[in-house]
Amino acid sequence: MKAADLPPHAPVARDAEYNFAYLDERTKRMIRRALLKAVAIPGYQVPFGSREMPLPYGWGTGGIQVTAAIIGPADVLKVIDQGADDTVNAVNIRRFFQRTAGVATTERTVEASIIQTRHRIPETPLEAGQIIVYQVPQPEPLQRLEPREAQSRRMHALAEYGLMHVKLYEDVARYGHIATTYDYPVMVNGRFLMAPSPIPKFDNPKMNMNPALQLFGAGREKRLYAVPPYTTVESIAFEDHPFEVQRWGSACALCGAQASFLDEVITDDQGGRMFVCSDTDYCRERRDAGD
Amino acid sequence: MTEPAHVPGPILRVTGIAKRFGNRIAVDKVSFELYAGEVLAVVGESGSGKTTLLECVSARQMPDAGRVEFLTRHEGVVDVYGLAESARRLLARTDWGYVHQNAIEGLRMNVSAGANVGERLMALGERHYGRIRDTAAHWLSRVEMDAARMDDSPKTFSGGMRQRLQIARNLVTQPRLIFMDEPTSGLDVSVQARLLDLLRSLTRQLSLAAVVVTHDLAVARLLAHRMMVMKDGCVVETGLTDQVLDDPQHPYTQLLVSSVLHP
Repeated sequence: MKAADLPPHAPVARDAEYNFAYLDERTKRMIRRALLKAVAIPGYQVPFGSREMPLPYGWGTGGIQVTAAIIGPADVLKVIDQGADDTVNAVNIRRFFQRTAGVATTERTVEASIIQTRHRIPETPLEAGQIIVYQVPQPEPLQRLEPREAQSRRMHALAEYGLMHVKLYEDVARYGHIATTYDYPVMVNGRFLMAPSPIPKFDNPKMNMNPALQLFGAGREKRLYAVPPYTTVESIAFEDHPFEVQRWGSACALCGAQASFLDEVITDDQGGRMFVCSDTDYCRERRDAGD
Repeated sequence: MTEPAHVPGPILRVTGIAKRFGNRIAVDKVSFELYAGEVLAVVGESGSGKTTLLECVSARQMPDAGRVEFLTRHEGVVDVYGLAESARRLLARTDWGYVHQNAIEGLRMNVSAGANVGERLMALGERHYGRIRDTAAHWLSRVEMDAARMDDSPKTFSGGMRQRLQIARNLVTQPRLIFMDEPTSGLDVSVQARLLDLLRSLTRQLSLAAVVVTHDLAVARLLAHRMMVMKDGCVVETGLTDQVLDDPQHPYTQLLVSSVLHP
């Protein structure tokens, strides 16, 4: 039976034709070296020799390479895409590692040792010993403002980040508030400006002093960066326009959660809609617990 | 010209600046001094090394030889090229200003006029939106721009307005020295006259020292106290503006002065 014919939750057998976790050992070692450097300099973008992966750029090639470099046979992997475990990207990446590494997978945040994510941080607080791997499309927070890479690298080197506030100034001047809602720039360890990948700014506070190790991989841009455990991650803002996260007027229609990131789901063509948790695991755990 | 009593020496001392591009000598050992509140014009034809000299002095381009010393507000005289790069860039965006010939090079065209003026403040760590905005509005009014256009993009501005915006953007940190590369070229004469009038009053009120590169002798006559005539990378004549223009000594200066049309 081909992998494509399987139902989403069926486990895939390990394919021994592939090296463990797809990449060859030398490539994994190269990525680990880059990761060590990234952990040593929190928020600094480390160049690495990104490999061609069996899926297109933009689908998580950076995150997959990081996961492949750090995963071991005893690891338990969770993959989420926009908070959900059962969307195309998440299902395929989970299957990829089942097939090439034969590792156990889970949908429960608490059981996972490695969580690869696109666009969300789980609602359940991460613990020491866990590793979260972010898929990053655009690692350079200054790129939209300063197209010359030589210039933006120099700005990082000299910590000249006034330009980022120019962007926020434009937001406030135009909309009356800071209109950036995702990929909201952060200052890591008081030194490097970092793009937190396209997570909603709702998740930004979770990065601050997080006990888990946070790794970021950008495959097309060939950059890795990291936030070690218990590192300060500060969302930049103005004194008179402080950083604020999104709020909803309602609770999750399924589990009643009031403090989670909600997705708006349109239920019919009569204007019917409901708000549900974007983190499917968190929502199910709450319903199972009978809250 | 009023010179503050507590400033003893020159604010800028340039010694033996040289720059070559391959075998071509662009600037050949140029030296000059500039005092607080003084405006120096550098004139000469295209290709005489005026702009290269300006860029070498303002730390935008590394000279091959020579020293640039600047009298800072707090640390006394510093050798600009002896500073660490971060300190040099900080100096260039606080105590110095640079007005480009083409306003597009000196502005961020994709953000509003207010953000353009506020950028230097934010780079220096100002994190209060209201204060940034008030300061930007103040400097826009100082360069005679309508505060109502503060949130407009510089793309919608005329050439003269862009040039004035560029000046406001430089003045917001209250620099003491400003470099100008052909500030009025490409503008029609009435706009030029207004801009020159503005520059004259600003340099006087703020006691700004300035180095103005221009090929237009009328600009030099109006703005500058002293002038320096350059040819093939060398200074051929220096002196008080009126003296050089009314009684040119060097044959090249004589040619330059006699080439100007008097309508």
